Amino acid sequence: MIKNICEKINATVIAGADEMEKEISGVYICDLLSWVMSHANKGDAWITVMSHANVVAVASLLDLGCVIVPEDIKMDEDAIKKANEEGIPLLSTSMNSYEIAIALNNMGLGL
Amino acid sequence: MSLIQYHFNVEKDDFDRAGEASSNIKKILRQLGIDAAIIRKVAISTYEAEINVVIHSLGGVISLEIDTSSIKITAKDRGPGIANIELAMQAGYSTASDKVREMGFGAGMGLPNMEKCADKFEVESVVGIGTTITMHMYI
Repeated sequence: MIKNICEKINATVIAGADEMEKEISGVYICDLLSWVMSHANKGDAWITVMSHANVVAVASLLDLGCVIVPEDIKMDEDAIKKANEEGIPLLSTSMNSYEIAIALNNMGLGL
Repeated sequence: MSLIQYHFNVEKDDFDRAGEASSNIKKILRQLGIDAAIIRKVAISTYEAEINVVIHSLGGVISLEIDTSSIKITAKDRGPGIANIELAMQAGYSTASDKVREMGFGAGMGLPNMEKCADKFEVESVVGIGTTITMHMYI
């Protein structure tokens, strides 16, 4: 569940707080949106440094489980607004992408 | 003849609204109970087409037409047209600006992604007139 992920990576929920019970089925890390578009899977937690609203569009179109923004990167206001409208959880953490991946792997995700 | 038709305007450089047409089309297909795997293919290819209109064109229209056997997506823009379609179709080739690349676009994967997702894929382009991309997904 997303709320377990939040605890594990010490994340702040910056959008989509109503969706914390949602299950996550995998993990995907990439910042090229077309690449994500053709490779990420439904239910994935997507780790990206991109902070604009198109991240939410991609996550919503692919039915991704949540977006995790590493290293305290600040998301754009319109991205947060859009994520709340679309029900896409946005999580922010001080960990980097690799550390997040290790933490999620320790939870049994992405295997 | 198409049973259902929708048209969505897409504006040049409007990154704030980029993805809205694709999102609306996805919602329509979901309401119609279309198979999830087909919706995924339509969502990917429509989004790529929509982003191309935003990034590269002077603006255009994305259309959804559905009949009993297929979903047809058309992205028709008002120019400037593609000079060399063969080159544009090559994975990794892009004419996108640095600004667009910094946003995570412009990887040169848009057209190849569309072709991969569509059961039937056509690009027609005339320099100075515009580009029309037509994709069919069979249902």
